[in-house]
Amino acid sequence: MIPNLRGRSGRIVFSWWRTLLVLAVLLGIWELFVDLGGAAPLILPPPHAVARSLYVNRGLLWSSFLVTAEEIVLGLLVAAVAGLALACVMHFFATLRRAVYPLLVASQTIPIPMLAPVLVLWLGFGILPKLVVVAVVSFFSIVVTTLAGFAAVDPELIKLMRTFDASRRRVFWMVELPSALPNVFTGAKIAVVVAVIGGLFAEQAGASSGLGYLFDQSINQLLTARAYATVVVLSAFAIALFALLTAAERLTVPWAYQPTGDQTG
Amino acid sequence: MIEAPPQGPVKLDGTGGVRVERVSRTFAARTGPVPALAAVSLRAAPGEIVSVVGPSGCGKSTLLELICGLQRPDEGTIDSAPAVLMPQRDLLLPWRSAIDNAALALQARGVRRDEARAAAAPWLERFGLAGFEQTRPAQLSGGMRQRVSFLRSLLAGKPVLALDEPFASLDALTRAEMQGWLAHVLASEPRTVVLVTHDVEEAVVLSDRVVVMSARPGRVVREVEVALARPRRRTDPELVALREQVLEALRVTT
Repeated sequence: MIPNLRGRSGRIVFSWWRTLLVLAVLLGIWELFVDLGGAAPLILPPPHAVARSLYVNRGLLWSSFLVTAEEIVLGLLVAAVAGLALACVMHFFATLRRAVYPLLVASQTIPIPMLAPVLVLWLGFGILPKLVVVAVVSFFSIVVTTLAGFAAVDPELIKLMRTFDASRRRVFWMVELPSALPNVFTGAKIAVVVAVIGGLFAEQAGASSGLGYLFDQSINQLLTARAYATVVVLSAFAIALFALLTAAERLTVPWAYQPTGDQTG
Repeated sequence: MIEAPPQGPVKLDGTGGVRVERVSRTFAARTGPVPALAAVSLRAAPGEIVSVVGPSGCGKSTLLELICGLQRPDEGTIDSAPAVLMPQRDLLLPWRSAIDNAALALQARGVRRDEARAAAAPWLERFGLAGFEQTRPAQLSGGMRQRVSFLRSLLAGKPVLALDEPFASLDALTRAEMQGWLAHVLASEPRTVVLVTHDVEEAVVLSDRVVVMSARPGRVVREVEVALARPRRRTDPELVALREQVLEALRVTT
Protein backbone atom coordinates (compact mmCIF):
# COMPACT_ATOMS: atom_id res chain seq x y z
CA MET A 1 0.00 0.00 0.00
CA ILE A 2 1.05 3.58 -0.21
CA PRO A 3 2.82 4.42 3.02
CA ASN A 4 3.05 8.15 2.62
CA LEU A 5 0.95 9.97 0.05
CA ARG A 6 2.70 13.17 -0.85
CA GLY A 7 0.82 16.12 -2.23
CA ARG A 8 1.92 18.77 -4.68
CA SER A 9 4.26 20.58 -2.32
CA GLY A 10 5.77 17.37 -1.00
CA ARG A 11 3.82 17.62 2.22
CA ILE A 12 2.59 14.31 3.48
CA VAL A 13 -1.12 14.16 2.79
CA PHE A 14 -1.96 10.77 4.19
CA SER A 15 0.28 8.73 6.42
CA TRP A 16 -0.73 5.38 7.81
CA TRP A 17 1.19 5.16 11.04
CA ARG A 18 0.45 8.68 12.20
CA THR A 19 -3.26 8.14 11.61
CA LEU A 20 -3.20 4.81 13.41
CA LEU A 21 -1.43 6.43 16.34
CA VAL A 22 -4.11 9.08 16.70
CA LEU A 23 -6.78 6.43 16.34
CA ALA A 24 -5.16 4.31 19.03
CA VAL A 25 -5.10 7.26 21.42
CA LEU A 26 -8.78 8.01 20.78
CA LEU A 27 -9.72 4.38 21.28
CA GLY A 28 -7.73 4.35 24.50
CA ILE A 29 -9.63 7.35 25.83
CA TRP A 30 -12.94 5.76 24.85
CA GLU A 31 -12.07 2.49 26.53
CA LEU A 32 -11.00 4.19 29.72
CA PHE A 33 -14.10 6.33 29.77
CA VAL A 34 -16.48 3.36 29.69
CA ASP A 35 -14.40 1.16 31.97
CA LEU A 36 -14.25 3.87 34.60
CA GLY A 37 -18.04 4.09 34.60
CA GLY A 38 -18.61 7.13 32.43
CA ALA A 39 -21.46 5.41 30.56
CA ALA A 40 -23.35 2.16 30.64
CA PRO A 41 -21.82 -0.45 28.32
CA LEU A 42 -25.20 -1.04 26.76
CA ILE A 43 -25.43 2.59 25.68
CA LEU A 44 -21.78 3.18 24.82
CA PRO A 45 -20.02 -0.14 24.26
CA PRO A 46 -16.28 0.01 24.89
CA PRO A 47 -13.90 -0.68 21.98
CA HIS A 48 -13.11 -4.19 23.13
CA ALA A 49 -16.81 -5.09 23.04
CA VAL A 50 -17.09 -3.74 19.51
CA ALA A 51 -14.01 -5.70 18.51
CA ARG A 52 -15.45 -8.87 19.95
CA SER A 53 -18.73 -8.28 18.17
CA LEU A 54 -16.86 -7.78 14.91
CA TYR A 55 -15.25 -11.17 15.38
CA VAL A 56 -18.28 -13.06 16.65
CA ASN A 57 -20.60 -11.73 13.92
CA ARG A 58 -18.07 -11.81 11.12
CA GLY A 59 -20.16 -14.09 8.91
CA LEU A 60 -23.28 -11.95 9.22
CA LEU A 61 -21.30 -8.74 8.83
CA TRP A 62 -19.60 -10.05 5.71
CA SER A 63 -22.81 -11.10 3.99
CA SER A 64 -24.47 -7.80 4.91
CA PHE A 65 -21.43 -5.95 3.65
CA LEU A 66 -21.62 -7.69 0.28
CA VAL A 67 -25.24 -6.60 -0.14
CA THR A 68 -24.50 -2.97 0.74
CA ALA A 69 -21.27 -2.88 -1.25
CA GLU A 70 -23.09 -4.06 -4.36
CA GLU A 71 -25.65 -1.24 -4.07
CA ILE A 72 -22.99 1.39 -3.50
CA VAL A 73 -20.55 0.28 -6.18
CA LEU A 74 -23.20 -0.19 -8.83
CA GLY A 75 -24.87 3.10 -7.90
CA LEU A 76 -21.49 4.85 -8.14
CA LEU A 77 -20.79 3.35 -11.54
CA VAL A 78 -24.16 4.52 -12.85
CA ALA A 79 -23.52 7.96 -11.33
CA ALA A 80 -20.06 8.15 -12.92
CA VAL A 81 -21.21 7.20 -16.40
CA ALA A 82 -24.36 9.33 -16.33
CA GLY A 83 -22.56 12.21 -14.61
CA LEU A 84 -19.71 12.32 -17.12
CA ALA A 85 -22.08 12.04 -20.06
CA LEU A 86 -24.28 14.82 -18.73
CA ALA A 87 -21.28 17.05 -18.02
CA CYS A 88 -20.00 16.60 -21.59
CA VAL A 89 -23.39 17.38 -23.09
CA MET A 90 -23.84 20.40 -20.85
CA HIS A 91 -20.37 21.58 -21.80
CA PHE A 92 -21.15 21.47 -25.50
CA PHE A 93 -24.60 23.03 -25.35
CA ALA A 94 -24.60 26.22 -23.32
CA THR A 95 -28.36 26.71 -23.42
CA LEU A 96 -28.86 23.20 -22.09
CA ARG A 97 -26.36 23.89 -19.34
CA ARG A 98 -28.18 27.03 -18.25
CA ALA A 99 -31.50 25.21 -18.31
CA VAL A 100 -30.41 22.06 -16.54
CA TYR A 101 -28.02 23.40 -13.91
CA PRO A 102 -30.69 24.76 -11.54
CA LEU A 103 -32.62 21.51 -11.88
CA LEU A 104 -29.46 19.66 -11.00
CA VAL A 105 -29.07 21.66 -7.84
CA ALA A 106 -32.74 21.19 -7.01
CA SER A 107 -32.36 17.43 -7.29
CA GLN A 108 -29.96 17.53 -4.37
CA THR A 109 -32.33 19.37 -2.09
CA ILE A 110 -34.70 16.42 -1.81
CA PRO A 111 -33.82 14.99 1.61
CA ILE A 112 -32.65 11.42 1.30
CA PRO A 113 -34.86 10.21 4.16
CA MET A 114 -37.79 11.38 1.99
CA LEU A 115 -36.43 10.26 -1.35
CA ALA A 116 -35.62 6.73 -0.24
CA PRO A 117 -39.07 5.63 0.99
CA VAL A 118 -40.71 7.14 -2.10
CA LEU A 119 -38.42 5.14 -4.34
CA VAL A 120 -38.96 1.97 -2.34
CA LEU A 121 -42.69 2.44 -2.72
CA TRP A 122 -42.28 2.83 -6.45
CA LEU A 123 -39.52 0.35 -7.23
CA GLY A 124 -40.01 -2.28 -4.59
CA PHE A 125 -37.72 -3.85 -2.04
CA GLY A 126 -34.95 -5.08 -4.28
CA ILE A 127 -31.61 -3.52 -5.08
CA LEU A 128 -33.04 -1.05 -7.60
CA PRO A 129 -34.31 1.74 -5.30
CA LYS A 130 -31.08 1.68 -3.31
CA LEU A 131 -29.06 1.87 -6.51
CA VAL A 132 -31.13 4.83 -7.66
CA VAL A 133 -30.73 6.67 -4.35
CA VAL A 134 -26.96 6.14 -4.39
CA ALA A 135 -26.78 7.28 -8.02
CA VAL A 136 -28.88 10.38 -7.42
CA VAL A 137 -26.83 11.62 -4.47
CA SER A 138 -23.45 10.86 -6.02
CA PHE A 139 -23.80 12.09 -9.58
CA PHE A 140 -24.17 15.72 -8.60
CA SER A 141 -20.60 16.21 -7.44
CA ILE A 142 -19.28 14.44 -10.54
CA VAL A 143 -21.23 16.68 -12.91
CA VAL A 144 -20.36 19.87 -11.08
CA THR A 145 -16.64 19.23 -10.71
CA THR A 146 -16.29 17.96 -14.28
CA LEU A 147 -18.07 21.01 -15.66
CA ALA A 148 -15.81 23.23 -13.55
CA GLY A 149 -12.84 21.36 -14.98
CA PHE A 150 -13.98 22.05 -18.53
CA ALA A 151 -14.57 25.70 -17.74
CA ALA A 152 -11.10 26.03 -16.25
CA VAL A 153 -9.26 25.05 -19.41
CA ASP A 154 -6.92 27.87 -20.39
CA PRO A 155 -8.60 29.87 -23.16
CA GLU A 156 -5.16 30.61 -24.62
CA LEU A 157 -4.79 26.89 -25.17
CA ILE A 158 -8.06 26.75 -27.07
CA LYS A 159 -6.94 29.70 -29.22
CA LEU A 160 -3.69 27.88 -29.92
CA MET A 161 -5.52 24.76 -31.06
CA ARG A 162 -7.63 26.89 -33.35
CA THR A 163 -4.54 28.21 -35.06
CA PHE A 164 -3.61 24.58 -35.64
CA ASP A 165 -6.94 24.16 -37.45
CA ALA A 166 -8.14 21.60 -34.90
CA SER A 167 -11.80 20.57 -35.13
CA ARG A 168 -14.08 21.09 -32.14
CA ARG A 169 -14.02 17.35 -31.45
CA ARG A 170 -10.24 17.24 -31.49
CA VAL A 171 -10.00 20.20 -29.13
CA PHE A 172 -12.28 18.33 -26.76
CA TRP A 173 -10.48 14.97 -26.85
CA MET A 174 -6.94 16.30 -26.97
CA VAL A 175 -7.17 19.23 -24.60
CA GLU A 176 -10.39 19.70 -22.67
CA LEU A 177 -11.00 16.16 -21.48
CA PRO A 178 -7.46 15.41 -20.21
CA SER A 179 -7.40 18.86 -18.67
CA ALA A 180 -10.55 18.16 -16.69
CA LEU A 181 -9.59 14.65 -15.56
CA PRO A 182 -8.15 15.72 -12.19
CA ASN A 183 -11.46 17.45 -11.48
CA VAL A 184 -13.38 14.29 -12.37
CA PHE A 185 -11.42 12.44 -9.70
CA THR A 186 -12.17 15.12 -7.15
CA GLY A 187 -15.86 14.77 -7.92
CA ALA A 188 -15.61 11.00 -7.68
CA LYS A 189 -13.96 11.16 -4.27
CA ILE A 190 -16.74 13.35 -2.93
CA ALA A 191 -19.31 11.09 -4.57
CA VAL A 192 -17.91 8.02 -2.84
CA VAL A 193 -18.38 9.48 0.60
CA VAL A 194 -21.88 10.71 -0.16
CA ALA A 195 -22.81 7.41 -1.78
CA VAL A 196 -22.11 5.47 1.40
CA ILE A 197 -24.42 7.74 3.37
CA GLY A 198 -27.05 7.48 0.67
CA GLY A 199 -26.85 3.71 0.61
CA LEU A 200 -27.36 3.56 4.34
CA PHE A 201 -30.44 5.75 4.23
CA ALA A 202 -31.82 3.78 1.34
CA GLU A 203 -31.55 0.55 3.28
CA GLN A 204 -33.17 2.01 6.32
CA ALA A 205 -36.16 2.97 4.17
CA GLY A 206 -36.87 -0.58 3.18
CA ALA A 207 -34.53 -3.54 3.13
CA SER A 208 -34.24 -7.07 4.37
CA SER A 209 -30.46 -7.28 4.31
CA GLY A 210 -27.40 -5.11 4.21
CA LEU A 211 -25.39 -3.14 6.75
CA GLY A 212 -27.99 -0.39 7.16
CA TYR A 213 -30.66 -2.96 7.82
CA LEU A 214 -28.36 -4.77 10.26
CA PHE A 215 -27.68 -1.50 12.06
CA ASP A 216 -31.40 -0.86 12.58
CA GLN A 217 -31.97 -4.43 13.71
CA SER A 218 -29.09 -4.27 16.16
CA ILE A 219 -30.33 -1.06 17.75
CA ASN A 220 -33.82 -2.50 18.04
CA GLN A 221 -32.44 -5.61 19.73
CA LEU A 222 -30.23 -3.49 22.01
CA LEU A 223 -27.16 -5.15 20.53
CA THR A 224 -25.35 -1.83 20.49
CA ALA A 225 -21.90 -3.36 20.09
CA ARG A 226 -23.04 -5.04 16.90
CA ALA A 227 -24.55 -1.78 15.69
CA TYR A 228 -21.18 -0.11 16.22
CA ALA A 229 -19.54 -3.00 14.42
CA THR A 230 -21.64 -2.34 11.31
CA VAL A 231 -20.58 1.30 11.39
CA VAL A 232 -16.94 0.24 11.61
CA VAL A 233 -17.32 -2.00 8.56
CA LEU A 234 -19.10 0.74 6.62
CA SER A 235 -16.45 3.32 7.47
CA ALA A 236 -13.66 0.95 6.52
CA PHE A 237 -15.40 0.42 3.19
CA ALA A 238 -15.68 4.16 2.54
CA ILE A 239 -12.00 4.65 3.38
CA ALA A 240 -11.01 1.77 1.13
CA LEU A 241 -12.97 3.20 -1.80
CA PHE A 242 -11.45 6.62 -1.23
CA ALA A 243 -7.94 5.18 -1.09
CA LEU A 244 -8.61 3.18 -4.26
CA LEU A 245 -9.69 6.32 -6.06
CA THR A 246 -6.65 8.21 -4.85
CA ALA A 247 -4.38 5.44 -6.14
CA ALA A 248 -6.22 5.44 -9.48
CA GLU A 249 -5.84 9.21 -9.60
CA ARG A 250 -2.09 9.05 -9.11
CA LEU A 251 -1.82 6.47 -11.86
CA THR A 252 -4.08 8.21 -14.34
CA VAL A 253 -3.21 11.86 -13.83
CA PRO A 254 0.38 11.85 -12.50
CA TRP A 255 1.03 15.29 -13.96
CA ALA A 256 -1.34 16.88 -11.45
CA TYR A 257 0.98 15.81 -8.66
CA GLN A 258 4.38 16.63 -9.99
CA PRO A 259 6.11 19.74 -8.75
CA THR A 260 6.62 22.11 -11.65
CA GLY A 261 10.19 22.25 -12.91
CA ASP A 262 12.34 25.32 -12.48
CA GLN A 263 11.00 28.26 -14.43
CA THR A 264 14.26 29.74 -15.68
CA GLY A 265 17.12 28.65 -17.92
CA MET B 1 22.08 17.85 -43.83
CA ILE B 2 19.12 20.10 -43.27
CA GLU B 3 15.83 18.35 -43.86
CA ALA B 4 12.64 19.99 -44.95
CA PRO B 5 9.55 19.73 -42.77
CA PRO B 6 7.42 16.65 -43.54
CA GLN B 7 4.76 18.41 -45.57
CA GLY B 8 7.29 19.65 -48.07
CA PRO B 9 9.24 22.90 -48.16
CA VAL B 10 7.21 25.93 -47.21
CA LYS B 11 6.54 27.87 -50.36
CA LEU B 12 7.79 31.38 -49.97
CA ASP B 13 6.72 32.67 -53.32
CA GLY B 14 4.68 35.85 -53.52
CA THR B 15 1.86 34.36 -51.49
CA GLY B 16 3.56 33.75 -48.14
CA GLY B 17 3.36 37.30 -46.81
CA VAL B 18 1.25 39.39 -44.53
CA ARG B 19 -0.59 42.55 -45.41
CA VAL B 20 -2.47 44.50 -42.80
CA GLU B 21 -4.19 47.58 -44.20
CA ARG B 22 -5.55 50.29 -41.90
CA VAL B 23 -6.96 47.84 -39.42
CA SER B 24 -8.92 48.98 -36.40
CA ARG B 25 -10.22 46.88 -33.57
CA THR B 26 -12.32 47.93 -30.64
CA PHE B 27 -13.35 45.82 -27.69
CA ALA B 28 -16.54 46.21 -25.73
CA ALA B 29 -15.82 46.50 -22.03
CA ARG B 30 -18.06 47.20 -19.06
CA THR B 31 -16.86 50.78 -18.88
CA GLY B 32 -17.42 51.38 -22.59
CA PRO B 33 -15.69 50.56 -25.85
CA VAL B 34 -11.93 50.12 -25.64
CA PRO B 35 -10.06 50.89 -28.85
CA ALA B 36 -7.16 48.48 -29.16
CA LEU B 37 -5.88 49.29 -32.64
CA ALA B 38 -6.44 52.40 -34.74
CA ALA B 39 -5.75 52.24 -38.48
CA VAL B 40 -2.68 50.05 -38.21
CA SER B 41 -0.91 49.07 -41.38
CA LEU B 42 1.85 46.53 -41.54
CA ARG B 43 3.45 44.52 -44.27
CA ALA B 44 5.74 41.54 -44.19
CA ALA B 45 7.08 40.22 -47.44
CA PRO B 46 7.45 36.46 -47.75
CA GLY B 47 10.47 35.41 -45.72
CA GLU B 48 10.79 38.74 -43.97
CA ILE B 49 11.12 39.04 -40.21
CA VAL B 50 9.22 42.02 -38.85
CA SER B 51 9.26 42.97 -35.19
CA VAL B 52 6.56 44.96 -33.47
CA VAL B 53 7.59 46.89 -30.37
CA GLY B 54 5.44 49.12 -28.26
CA PRO B 55 4.34 49.89 -24.71
CA SER B 56 2.13 47.45 -22.83
CA GLY B 57 -1.49 47.50 -23.89
CA CYS B 58 -0.83 48.92 -27.34
CA GLY B 59 -2.64 46.06 -28.99
CA LYS B 60 0.34 43.98 -30.10
CA SER B 61 -1.24 40.67 -29.10
CA THR B 62 -4.51 41.69 -30.74
CA LEU B 63 -2.60 42.38 -33.93
CA LEU B 64 -1.12 38.88 -33.87
CA GLU B 65 -4.50 37.30 -33.26
CA LEU B 66 -5.94 39.24 -36.18
CA ILE B 67 -3.14 37.99 -38.41
CA CYS B 68 -3.81 34.41 -37.30
CA GLY B 69 -7.48 34.73 -38.06
CA LEU B 70 -8.62 34.38 -34.44
CA GLN B 71 -10.33 37.75 -34.60
CA ARG B 72 -11.82 39.86 -37.34
CA PRO B 73 -10.94 43.55 -37.70
CA ASP B 74 -13.69 46.10 -37.25
CA GLU B 75 -12.24 48.21 -40.05
CA GLY B 76 -9.59 47.65 -42.66
CA THR B 77 -8.43 44.45 -44.28
CA ILE B 78 -6.02 41.69 -43.46
CA ASP B 79 -4.57 39.64 -46.24
CA SER B 80 -2.34 37.05 -44.73
CA ALA B 81 -1.06 33.63 -45.64
CA PRO B 82 -1.97 30.95 -43.08
CA ALA B 83 -0.39 31.87 -39.77
CA VAL B 84 0.33 29.94 -36.61
CA LEU B 85 0.57 31.57 -33.22
CA MET B 86 3.39 30.94 -30.79
CA PRO B 87 1.97 32.18 -27.49
CA GLN B 88 3.85 33.95 -24.75
CA ARG B 89 3.47 31.08 -22.30
CA ASP B 90 4.57 27.85 -23.84
CA LEU B 91 1.23 26.16 -23.09
CA LEU B 92 2.74 22.71 -23.37
CA LEU B 93 0.29 20.01 -22.36
CA PRO B 94 1.53 18.57 -19.07
CA TRP B 95 0.23 15.08 -19.82
CA ARG B 96 2.17 14.81 -23.07
CA SER B 97 5.86 14.09 -23.53
CA ALA B 98 8.10 16.57 -25.31
CA ILE B 99 7.83 14.76 -28.62
CA ASP B 100 4.05 14.50 -28.37
CA ASN B 101 3.83 18.19 -27.55
CA ALA B 102 5.99 19.05 -30.54
CA ALA B 103 3.71 16.90 -32.70
CA LEU B 104 0.55 18.54 -31.32
CA ALA B 105 -0.08 20.75 -34.35
CA LEU B 106 0.22 17.78 -36.66
CA GLN B 107 -2.12 15.64 -34.59
CA ALA B 108 -4.56 18.51 -34.28
CA ARG B 109 -4.79 18.46 -38.04
CA GLY B 110 -5.46 14.74 -38.11
CA VAL B 111 -2.05 13.21 -38.67
CA ARG B 112 -1.80 9.83 -36.96
CA ARG B 113 0.21 9.69 -33.76
CA ASP B 114 3.10 7.51 -34.98
CA GLU B 115 3.46 9.51 -38.18
CA ALA B 116 3.42 12.75 -36.24
CA ARG B 117 6.06 11.46 -33.83
CA ALA B 118 8.24 10.26 -36.68
CA ALA B 119 8.01 13.71 -38.23
CA ALA B 120 8.93 15.46 -34.99
CA ALA B 121 11.77 13.19 -33.89
CA PRO B 122 14.61 14.45 -36.15
CA TRP B 123 13.66 18.02 -35.27
CA LEU B 124 14.05 17.47 -31.57
CA GLU B 125 17.59 16.39 -32.24
CA ARG B 126 18.26 19.46 -34.33
CA PHE B 127 16.92 21.65 -31.59
CA GLY B 128 19.28 20.17 -29.02
CA LEU B 129 16.60 18.14 -27.28
CA ALA B 130 17.90 14.67 -28.13
CA GLY B 131 17.25 12.29 -25.26
CA PHE B 132 14.39 14.40 -23.94
CA GLU B 133 11.71 13.08 -26.27
CA GLN B 134 9.84 11.26 -23.52
CA THR B 135 10.31 13.91 -20.85
CA ARG B 136 7.28 15.72 -19.49
CA PRO B 137 7.21 19.53 -19.64
CA ALA B 138 7.43 19.78 -15.86
CA GLN B 139 10.94 18.34 -16.05
CA LEU B 140 12.14 20.59 -18.85
CA SER B 141 13.84 23.92 -18.28
CA GLY B 142 12.23 27.15 -19.48
CA GLY B 143 14.49 27.40 -22.50
CA MET B 144 13.76 23.83 -23.51
CA ARG B 145 10.02 24.36 -23.18
CA GLN B 146 10.21 27.40 -25.45
CA ARG B 147 12.13 25.35 -27.97
CA VAL B 148 9.44 22.64 -27.94
CA SER B 149 6.81 25.34 -28.27
CA PHE B 150 8.64 26.82 -31.23
CA LEU B 151 9.05 23.43 -32.84
CA ARG B 152 5.34 22.82 -32.42
CA SER B 153 4.66 26.07 -34.26
CA LEU B 154 7.11 25.21 -37.02
CA LEU B 155 5.62 21.78 -37.52
CA ALA B 156 2.21 23.33 -38.07
CA GLY B 157 3.59 23.89 -41.55
CA LYS B 158 2.22 27.38 -42.07
CA PRO B 159 4.21 30.01 -43.94
CA VAL B 160 3.64 32.75 -41.34
CA LEU B 161 4.81 32.60 -37.73
CA ALA B 162 3.25 35.00 -35.24
CA LEU B 163 5.48 35.07 -32.17
CA ASP B 164 4.06 36.73 -29.07
CA GLU B 165 6.97 37.77 -26.83
CA PRO B 166 8.39 34.25 -27.03
CA PHE B 167 11.28 34.83 -24.66
CA ALA B 168 9.71 37.19 -22.17
CA SER B 169 9.41 34.55 -19.47
CA LEU B 170 13.07 33.55 -19.60
CA ASP B 171 15.92 34.94 -17.56
CA ALA B 172 18.30 37.30 -19.33
CA LEU B 173 21.03 34.76 -20.03
CA THR B 174 18.70 32.15 -21.46
CA ARG B 175 16.90 34.82 -23.44
CA ALA B 176 20.10 35.94 -25.15
CA GLU B 177 20.95 32.34 -25.93
CA MET B 178 17.47 31.66 -27.34
CA GLN B 179 17.61 34.77 -29.52
CA GLY B 180 20.81 33.51 -31.11
CA TRP B 181 19.23 30.11 -31.51
CA LEU B 182 16.13 31.55 -33.17
CA ALA B 183 18.20 33.56 -35.63
CA HIS B 184 20.05 30.39 -36.51
CA VAL B 185 16.88 28.35 -36.99
CA LEU B 186 15.17 30.98 -39.10
CA ALA B 187 18.22 31.14 -41.32
CA SER B 188 17.77 27.51 -42.27
CA GLU B 189 13.96 27.44 -42.05
CA PRO B 190 12.81 30.70 -43.53
CA ARG B 191 9.30 31.80 -42.68
CA THR B 192 7.49 35.07 -42.70
CA VAL B 193 7.72 36.14 -39.08
CA VAL B 194 5.83 38.79 -37.15
CA LEU B 195 7.53 39.03 -33.78
CA VAL B 196 6.04 40.98 -30.92
CA THR B 197 8.54 41.89 -28.25
CA HIS B 198 9.30 44.29 -25.41
CA ASP B 199 13.01 43.81 -25.90
CA VAL B 200 14.23 46.41 -28.38
CA GLU B 201 17.62 44.78 -28.70
CA GLU B 202 15.96 41.48 -29.52
CA ALA B 203 13.94 43.20 -32.23
CA VAL B 204 16.98 44.78 -33.83
CA VAL B 205 19.11 41.64 -33.61
CA LEU B 206 16.54 39.36 -35.18
CA SER B 207 14.49 41.34 -37.68
CA ASP B 208 14.62 42.97 -41.08
CA ARG B 209 12.32 45.74 -39.98
CA VAL B 210 11.06 47.08 -36.68
CA VAL B 211 7.61 48.60 -36.40
CA VAL B 212 7.13 50.93 -33.44
CA MET B 213 3.61 51.28 -32.07
CA SER B 214 2.11 53.90 -29.83
CA ALA B 215 0.23 53.34 -26.60
CA ARG B 216 -3.48 52.47 -26.77
CA PRO B 217 -5.12 52.88 -29.20
CA GLY B 218 -2.17 51.37 -31.04
CA ARG B 219 -0.99 53.09 -34.18
CA VAL B 220 2.19 52.68 -36.14
CA VAL B 221 4.53 55.51 -35.17
CA ARG B 222 7.64 54.59 -37.06
CA GLU B 223 9.19 51.84 -39.11
CA VAL B 224 12.93 51.28 -38.83
CA GLU B 225 14.71 49.27 -41.50
CA VAL B 226 17.42 46.98 -40.19
CA ALA B 227 19.49 46.35 -43.26
CA LEU B 228 22.43 44.70 -41.51
CA ALA B 229 24.11 41.51 -42.61
CA ARG B 230 23.64 38.41 -40.52
CA PRO B 231 24.96 37.07 -38.20
CA ARG B 232 24.67 40.22 -36.12
CA ARG B 233 26.57 41.20 -33.00
CA ARG B 234 24.91 43.13 -30.22
CA THR B 235 27.99 45.27 -29.92
CA ASP B 236 28.05 46.32 -33.58
CA PRO B 237 27.97 50.13 -33.70
CA GLU B 238 25.37 50.12 -36.47
CA LEU B 239 23.18 47.82 -34.49
CA VAL B 240 23.51 49.96 -31.40
CA ALA B 241 22.64 53.04 -33.44
CA LEU B 242 19.52 51.40 -34.80
CA ARG B 243 18.58 50.34 -31.31
CA GLU B 244 18.82 53.93 -30.21
CA GLN B 245 16.61 54.99 -33.09
CA VAL B 246 13.92 52.56 -32.05
CA LEU B 247 14.18 53.58 -28.40
CA GLU B 248 13.88 57.20 -29.43
CA ALA B 249 10.75 56.43 -31.39
CA LEU B 250 9.36 54.60 -28.37
CA ARG B 251 10.06 57.50 -26.05
CA VAL B 252 8.08 59.73 -28.33
CA THR B 253 5.05 57.48 -28.04
CA THR B 254 4.77 57.69 -24.24
